[in-house]
Amino acid sequence: MKIAVCVKQIPDPATPYALDPASHFVVRPAEQVLDDTDRYGIELGLQLAEATGGTVTLFSMSPAGNLQGIRQALAMGADKAVVVNDPSLRGSGALVTARVLAAAIAREQADLVITGTESTDGYAGVVPQMIAELLDLPALTFARKVTLDGTSLKVERQTTGGFDVVETALPALVSVTSGAVEPRYPTFKGIMQAKQKPVDQPTAADLGLDSASVGIVGSGQAITGVHPAPERSGGVKVRDEGEAHLEIVKLLERVKVI
Amino acid sequence: MRYFVFAEETDGKPSSIALEMLTKARSLGGEVAAFAVGAGSASLFAALGAHGASTVHHLDPGDALPAAAAAAALAGLVGPGDVVLFGLTQTDRDVAGRLAARAGVPVLSNAVDVKVAGTTVSVVNEILGGTTLVETAFTGPGPHLIVVRPKSFTAEAGPAAIPRVDAVAPPPAGRSGLARITARHTEESQGPSLADAAVIVSGGRGLGSAEKFALVGELAGLLGAAVGATRAVVDSGWVPYSMQVGQTGKTVKPTVYIACAISGAMQHLVGMKDSATIIAINKDEEAPIFGIADLGIVGDVHQVLPKLIAALKAR
Repeated sequence: MKIAVCVKQIPDPATPYALDPASHFVVRPAEQVLDDTDRYGIELGLQLAEATGGTVTLFSMSPAGNLQGIRQALAMGADKAVVVNDPSLRGSGALVTARVLAAAIAREQADLVITGTESTDGYAGVVPQMIAELLDLPALTFARKVTLDGTSLKVERQTTGGFDVVETALPALVSVTSGAVEPRYPTFKGIMQAKQKPVDQPTAADLGLDSASVGIVGSGQAITGVHPAPERSGGVKVRDEGEAHLEIVKLLERVKVI
Repeated sequence: MRYFVFAEETDGKPSSIALEMLTKARSLGGEVAAFAVGAGSASLFAALGAHGASTVHHLDPGDALPAAAAAAALAGLVGPGDVVLFGLTQTDRDVAGRLAARAGVPVLSNAVDVKVAGTTVSVVNEILGGTTLVETAFTGPGPHLIVVRPKSFTAEAGPAAIPRVDAVAPPPAGRSGLARITARHTEESQGPSLADAAVIVSGGRGLGSAEKFALVGELAGLLGAAVGATRAVVDSGWVPYSMQVGQTGKTVKPTVYIACAISGAMQHLVGMKDSATIIAINKDEEAPIFGIADLGIVGDVHQVLPKLIAALKAR
C-alpha cells in the first residue's frame, strides 16, 4: 500500500514569529522545524505501512530551506519525501497549497492520504478537504482513532459534542487530530538514515501548474491592513501564602457568581 | 449582495455559530439564505428565519458524511459576488474546503469579523496570539468563502419570520461522497455546556494527572460552571476533545473563566481571552496567562484549589 503523508516545515513555535513589514507574511528562516502536529499523521502512516508492507512518502510545500523539518519527519521512518520548492509559490493561499500537494500526490498514485487537521502556523484548517475534493477522494476528517481492515477504513471522527464512527473504502484521505496515536521518537539509526533518504524537489511547473495560478497572484486575496489589537491589561497578581483562595472568593462575590 | 450561511443541524437545532453568522449577515443588508444540512424540521427552519434567513435551502444527507454532497449542491447555488459563511467547526470546514476546490475560489479562514464595502469583501483575523489584527480582502470575483470563528458575533433573533424552504436533492458527489456515518456518540458531560456557561473552570497539564484534574470538576460543580481543558490535557487523554478550549477547540466568552495550572499557550489564549473576568492560578510567576488575568494567584493549584473548594462548601 502506498501512503502519502502531508507535512509542513514551520518556524520554531518556541521563538516569536516576525512579520515581513512589506509583505506582512511570516518571516521563514532557513532552519524550520517539523510542525509537531504532523507527527501523529506520520506515526499513523508508519503503523499502517508496517501492517501492510507498504511505503510512506512525505509531501510538503514550503521554502525548503535546509530541509531540517523534513529530515525530522524522515527520521521517524518515512521512506522518502517530495518537497515542492519553488520561489513562485511564496504567498500561496490554502487552495493553491492544496492544488500543489494534490498534483504531487497524484503523480505517486497513493492509496491513502494522511494529513493533520490544520498547521500550527497558518491554521486555515481547510487544506485536507481541498486535497480530497481535487483528488475526488472521500475524506474521513478529524479522526481521533483510525483502523484499517483490508481496504475498509474506519475512524472515530470528532464532532462538536462527541464523535461519529465514519467508514469508507480506499482510496481515501484521513485527517488526524493530535493524540490520535502516540508518535514514536526517532532512533539514532533513524536520524542517521534520514540524511541519505531521497528528497525530490519538483517546481510548480514540473507539476503542470503555471506561475499565474500560484503564489500571491494565484491566491485571490490581498492583505489590506495590519493593526495592533486592543490590549487587555493584566490585573492583580497575588502570591499564595496560604490565604490566596480568599481573593478568588472575594472576586466571585464581586461579580455575583456566588 | 447575497449571503449564504451554512447551518449544520445538531440535536435537532441549528448550530449556534449558524445563528451568529445569520445575525451578522442580516446586519450587513442584502439577501440572506441559509443552507441547512440535516433531517430538518419546521422549528429549525423557523429559527433560521427568525435570525435572518428569508430562504432555507435544505439538504438531508441521510447517513452520508455530508460535506461532498453539500459542497456539490452549494456549488450549484452560489456564484460571483455571493458571500458564503461557514463556522470554524468540523463539518463546516469540510464543506468550505470542498466548495473552494470545486468552485476554484479562495476561502479565508478564522475570521473574527466580516466587512463589506461596495463590492469589496474582507475579513479580519487575529494573529500572533491575538496581539495583531490583519485585514484581508478577496481580489477575485467570488463567490467569497469565509470561515468564521465561533462567538465572533452575538446571535440575536429578529421578528419571527417563516422562510421559504427549498428542498435540495443530494447531487451525485462521485467517489468523494462515499463516506458513511455508521454510529453517532455524544460525550457532552453533565451540567452547562461550554458554549452557554456563564462560568468556566479549566485545567491544564500542570494539574499533573487525570485524577488531580477531578479538582477542576469539583470546583465547577460548586459554581454551576462548565469544565474546560487545554489541548495538552485532551491530547493526554484525561478528558474528551469536546471539553477543549482554544484554537483547535472551542472559543468561549463566559462571565468568569478560572484557569487552573494553565500556562497560557497562544493556542489556548485565543479561545478564552475575551472572557469578561479571568482568574488564573499558576505556580510560574512568568506564565503568559497572568498577562491577561484580572486576578492572578501565583501558587500551587494543589494547595489553592482544595482550600477554595472547602471555602465555597462552607458558605
